[in-house]
Amino acid sequence: MYAQMVDTGLRKLRDAAELSPEERAFQARIDADVKVEPKDWMPEAYRRTLVRQIQQHAHSEIVGMLPEGNWVTRAPSLKRKAILMAKIQDEGGHGLYLYSAAETLGVSRDDLIADLHAGKVKYSSIFNYPTLNWADIGAIGWLVDGAAIMNQIPLCRCSYGPYARAMVRICKEESFHQRQGFDIMIAMAQGTAEQKAMAQDALDRWWWPSLMMFGPPDADSVHSAQSMQWKVKLLSNDELRQRFVDQTVPQAEYLGLAVPDADLKWNAERGHYDFGAIDWSEFHAVLKGNGPCNRDRLRTRVKAWEDGEWVREAAVAHADKRAARAARAA
Amino acid sequence: MTSDAALLDYLLRLADNGLVLAQRLGEWVGKGPVIEEDIASTNVGLDLLGQARLWYAYAGEVEARIKGTGRDEDVFAFRRDAHEFRNLLLVEQPNGHYGDTIARGFLFDQWHVLLLRALAGSTDDRVAAIAAKAAKEATYHAERSADWVVRLGDGTGLSHERMQQAIDGLWMYTGEMFAVDAGEEALAAAGIAADARALKDPWDAAVGAVLAEATLERPADGWMQSGGRTGRHSEHLGHLLATMQFLPRAYPDAKW
Repeated sequence: MYAQMVDTGLRKLRDAAELSPEERAFQARIDADVKVEPKDWMPEAYRRTLVRQIQQHAHSEIVGMLPEGNWVTRAPSLKRKAILMAKIQDEGGHGLYLYSAAETLGVSRDDLIADLHAGKVKYSSIFNYPTLNWADIGAIGWLVDGAAIMNQIPLCRCSYGPYARAMVRICKEESFHQRQGFDIMIAMAQGTAEQKAMAQDALDRWWWPSLMMFGPPDADSVHSAQSMQWKVKLLSNDELRQRFVDQTVPQAEYLGLAVPDADLKWNAERGHYDFGAIDWSEFHAVLKGNGPCNRDRLRTRVKAWEDGEWVREAAVAHADKRAARAARAA
Repeated sequence: MTSDAALLDYLLRLADNGLVLAQRLGEWVGKGPVIEEDIASTNVGLDLLGQARLWYAYAGEVEARIKGTGRDEDVFAFRRDAHEFRNLLLVEQPNGHYGDTIARGFLFDQWHVLLLRALAGSTDDRVAAIAAKAAKEATYHAERSADWVVRLGDGTGLSHERMQQAIDGLWMYTGEMFAVDAGEEALAAAGIAADARALKDPWDAAVGAVLAEATLERPADGWMQSGGRTGRHSEHLGHLLATMQFLPRAYPDAKW
């Protein structure tokens, strides 16, 4: 879910007759739930789709460290500070596994990062929203990590082995992240009137962007069918979004907070909550770079990379010197 | 000063060093030169924060022995003003560039690991237990920061120059680590505290060896700044605390 609108490069699904014998054999293995491994033959479009999807996910983990990092120095207790630092550290680790998974497809981490910095690839739209009060740290864990888990648990079964295995480990840590977020929300919602107001303000601002994280409605999702056939996407955007709403609304009620949707109501016939229309113009505006923080997030990442260049160069130069000295000594 | 009063002050020195340096490392989150370093430096910050919490917990108990009630970790961290903090001036110095952060960590870590190893033999069981745990973490911190001093010192021309400037700029904050006041002297005599003066020679040897490997000059011991451990800080600490303490100060009745 940290990957949205992943382009498969294909406009429509092809039926078996249109596939080459290799493609047919590849699809048959996927249909039989056999994992694709790095050295296996794979269609170029499958490889490119996975690179896009995994790198969007990796970049999201790394950029996602920034809105939370915004509160590390202001966390209101030492325990909360320690938990937040550990959580952000986990996210850096997720970024690393995912870049490694992408590298099994023949790309390099540095090239992927260069693409991010050049604005050629996206990270999740959600991280272009600001963290304005401490309850936002709770809301990110509860809603954003909660939405991410919803998508990532099925991805543990996705067709590409290295991605599926990375996701198993990531999901374990994400569920801890979600619990810590909800724990912050409980403390805020049960706290002083000011804290409760912060919690409500956070929910008001994060609710709709969290629903947008699942991507456009299925009807407008041109690449979903191909991704689902390849099993790099297991459930549809709308299906996941509905699950998220169904899971989250009772949690908001437990917290005593109001979900900012006048049309939200339980539909006994469907066995699901009905919810209001999502403002997709906002989603597309954020994807185009017009979210509140797009410019700041990218600038911060680019600056960190540029400021660190002399450090990386020195590490390489030193390693070369050591290798040369070892060679001379041998 | 009673021995418990001296011990309380001593524990706050240990705790405040950890908290203030962890707070500085927290400023780097998401902005390191490479992801692995981001993770490693956050990890060091987490260790230091964890150590600070253990020292504060014991400080609160010692304070309760003196006054009947003792403050908890969050009261120590968020409700004291700068002049009540007892950390070294070194750890509150701003992050600067990555070499400045590494140099600050290196000079501190080399001292910290010696101090904690000495404290692991303290006659106070609580001090000994916390120090023994913390010493394991500090050993890794010292190895890591020393490795980076060598890489940056013996890396490129630019990194060498920056690392030398970083070490030179921070050197005047290292003298304070080896100064001992009357309270500390009495605690050391009782075997509770470490005698910081005895750490100077091994620190010099360890730091000198790393700097030599890094092709860096050891600065001369000129004028040394001091005051951190009696609450006379640099201007930087007030800003660090203003940020760190904002929420508990602004909403004093809130529980987080």
